[in-house]
Amino acid sequence: MPDIPTICCYCGCGCGLYLHVEDDRVIGVSPSRNHPVSRNNLCVKGWHAHEFIHSPKRLTRPLIRKKDRLQPASWQEALELTANRLLHIKEHHGADAIGVLSSAKCSNEENYLLQKFTRAVIGTNNIDHCARL
Amino acid sequence: MAGLATTFGSGAMTNTINELDQSQVILVAGSNTTRTHPQVARRIYNAVDRGAKLIVIDPRKTKIARHAHIHLQINPGTDIALLNGMMRCILDENLIDDLFIEMRTENYLALRDMLLAVDLDKIEKITGVSRSTIARAARTYAHARRAAICYCLGVTQHICGTANVESYANLAMLTGHVEQEFTGVDPLRGQYNVQGACDMGALPAVLPGYQSVFDPDIRKKFARAWGCQLPENQGRTLLDMTHGARNAGLADERPDPLKVMYIMGENPMLSDPTLGRVKATLEGLDFLVVSDIFLSETAELADVVLPAACFAEKTGTVTNSERRVQYSKKAVNPPGEARPDRLIIQELATLMGYPMAYGSAAEIMEEICLLTPVYGGIYHDRLQRSWGLQWPCPDREHPGTPFLHKYSFTRGKGHFTPQHHVDVAEPVTDDYPLALITGRSYHHYHTGTMSRKSALLNREHPRPRVNMNPQDAEKLGLAEGMRVRVSSRRGSVPYILHLTDEVPPGELSSDFHFREAPTNMLTIGASDPIAHCPEYKCCAVKVEVDHV
Repeated sequence: MPDIPTICCYCGCGCGLYLHVEDDRVIGVSPSRNHPVSRNNLCVKGWHAHEFIHSPKRLTRPLIRKKDRLQPASWQEALELTANRLLHIKEHHGADAIGVLSSAKCSNEENYLLQKFTRAVIGTNNIDHCARL
Repeated sequence: MAGLATTFGSGAMTNTINELDQSQVILVAGSNTTRTHPQVARRIYNAVDRGAKLIVIDPRKTKIARHAHIHLQINPGTDIALLNGMMRCILDENLIDDLFIEMRTENYLALRDMLLAVDLDKIEKITGVSRSTIARAARTYAHARRAAICYCLGVTQHICGTANVESYANLAMLTGHVEQEFTGVDPLRGQYNVQGACDMGALPAVLPGYQSVFDPDIRKKFARAWGCQLPENQGRTLLDMTHGARNAGLADERPDPLKVMYIMGENPMLSDPTLGRVKATLEGLDFLVVSDIFLSETAELADVVLPAACFAEKTGTVTNSERRVQYSKKAVNPPGEARPDRLIIQELATLMGYPMAYGSAAEIMEEICLLTPVYGGIYHDRLQRSWGLQWPCPDREHPGTPFLHKYSFTRGKGHFTPQHHVDVAEPVTDDYPLALITGRSYHHYHTGTMSRKSALLNREHPRPRVNMNPQDAEKLGLAEGMRVRVSSRRGSVPYILHLTDEVPPGELSSDFHFREAPTNMLTIGASDPIAHCPEYKCCAVKVEVDHV
């Protein structure tokens, strides 16, 4: 059972923890003994940080709204539709008609890429996230 | 964050979490620390065990407030008045740090003149805290050699949030409580990677590393690296985006609402104030794309929903509240066809004619290091061999920076900004006689998208509660466990009533984790003019029995 060291996905304390993995499933969590923040301790959310990972409610396929209902679609269809709509709006209404919300639940690299995408590809500074909420 | 940026030049925790262990006085303001930052609370309790004095400023009698040596139970939204009172006492008793003020700060005389005009009787009336208690807290804080201030959203989520923060910074500078180990002003950042998202420039006015989009040299640097022109106009903040729909029939000066939104892993349909307006705005869009791990309330309104990978299914870095950049490693594969957001963005950019070909998250980090001075030496390989690095870390040899502002502030001299009390945006009235404060529960996280999928967390806190003081309940003829309906001028939400003396008479508190009780239907959109932080910590409501 490999233990994968990672960071708790909940609050901004940033506890170090180990994910216990079996058959490509995370089956438990334990705190890191030497990590400077967690120091062998986790709160109730940390101890149960793995529980939502394999929830049956996870999204597993792209969805596209057709006839007012969200229906499964292929990645190619979903991404092409999105790219075309973004380009269309940019051309007809300008880049500032597009807004982007990034995420305090995503990694630094993803936040960097999304703001780069917003500024370099779309061409607007309309990017923010829920830092204040 | 804007408040600390103007006074110190850097909007982040000045210390590490572990330093709190060694502080002599800890002042906690607007933070339900035991619930929302358990590890910080643990350090505070350690310090108290070692003899430190604890001062808590909070309208509610939170767990940490019960353990405080001095609890300043102020009326909601009166931090500035309280701090001006404390600073006046410090001035009167000559407990200021002359040398620090002389060497390290500017604009002191403006603060002094303002403080000398302060009327302490009036402050007693505004805050609801007695003069003698204010003076006792002031002396305790000022006398300590090592004193830290920890504040959280109770300070920032007011229409005067930035001014509140500046007032706390004034207090710290007046007494010389910055620049050292175990001493400083520490904004506790709430979410997983909220510090990192700010650091990475997911904000309208700054590029990565808080480099201004209005600076032509900075824009030139990024334009060269990215091979494109950069927009130079002011971007929209979150509330400008999610509150974009205009009021029908009313003269409205705001710019045209957005046509399209791309939302990555956020849920404004529960987290933003005045949800009625958020819904109207999102439904009014021509096109809405949401990438998330669950079908959130926001994703339900989308035209395209993209399944994303969660924290355990991708490799990357995150930055915690104490500026520690840490490595997070992939443990399992995402379910079904779900993909990391990194790949989704890369593919979209490529389809739109801007090829993004990064082989790994480490390669993206290399680009971040090159363009972001404070992250200059934070490469993945270094993080894999350590407990992370605290920025600023300008080059590969740099060991990181545990505490900020040693010898000089980021902006040069610390700037005193005198502030005056501002009334809350929506005071209570006869029709809406109670003040609602929103917050968080110990068992849930933000909009509950993740924590409510966890069987145990949901068992511990399964139903949306509103907390009320038993005295108020008696007056209204309400009892523990009753179904009640809380209404504001904007909407009405059902809860289970919980009686507790955590909230004082005249106030209510609740959280916003539950889709069946979307508390933000009630809250107001009024926000701080600089930081655009909504006033979540006070809106006028009434309570009735829910006859369903």
